[in-house]
Amino acid sequence: MSNALTLTVPEGLPFIDFEREFDFPVSEVFRAHKDPELVAQWLGPRRMAMDIDHYDFRTGGSYSYLHTGPDGTPHAFNGVFHTVRENDFAVQTFEYGGYPDVVSIEFMTFEDLGGGRSRLRAHAVYPSMEARDGMAQSGMEGGLSEAYERLEEILSSAKV
Amino acid sequence: MDSGDDAQLDAAFLALADPVRRRIIARLSRGPATVNELAEPFAITKQAVSKHIQVLEQAQLVTRTRDAQRRPVHLNPARLEALTAWIDQYRLVREAQFRSLDAVLETRAARGGTQAKDAS
Repeated sequence: MSNALTLTVPEGLPFIDFEREFDFPVSEVFRAHKDPELVAQWLGPRRMAMDIDHYDFRTGGSYSYLHTGPDGTPHAFNGVFHTVRENDFAVQTFEYGGYPDVVSIEFMTFEDLGGGRSRLRAHAVYPSMEARDGMAQSGMEGGLSEAYERLEEILSSAKV
Repeated sequence: MDSGDDAQLDAAFLALADPVRRRIIARLSRGPATVNELAEPFAITKQAVSKHIQVLEQAQLVTRTRDAQRRPVHLNPARLEALTAWIDQYRLVREAQFRSLDAVLETRAARGGTQAKDAS
């Protein structure tokens, strides 16, 4: 079963929404967000080392971790867990050390779908459109609209 | 992104600049197929289709394996993913994270550290 990621980057609103299903119970998906040892195994991008300074996934807790790319450049991330409710809901802040003071708030809903399946929904709110777009388009270069159209074509026909 | 990546992107996008090749990719996304099967919907010769497949193969978008007399063509999802990653980095970062999360959950389930996913 393919659990496609739905990601929405709405025009004119500093939000990013996403939704993803898992073939695992909600308790497992929640645990993978809570246990720092498990978090380290999936939250870091591939090809980057992930070093967690601390990661306390509970109401009032906080986190701080470091991604180090192949070129050795460290990328620090930190935030607080404003609210965490077991197998249900979490609100956390997110800040990239490269852009200090640009903090987003992420609302995450953990949903039991029954049959050992679950769904994760997240709604991230950014302080400005620039902050949101910087996040959504990091690494994008100009002149790719044509390429994008081609890719969309492939991917949409692939879905049929 | 270094120049090696750039050269690979160029090759891939060039390969995808042709409608026949895009349809071949779309067909392969549903599963591997032989040249004969791939040639079927097109009003062009099998040789022409073979050439298109060669271009896709050089761009590393598809691979071919030997399977007795059949030589099925496979999509190389990693290559396609690298393309979409370039276009849509944020989404792909998330998707990659969630695939890693799937793998973590899979490992835990296999270890019996959880009620397996089909426990219900």
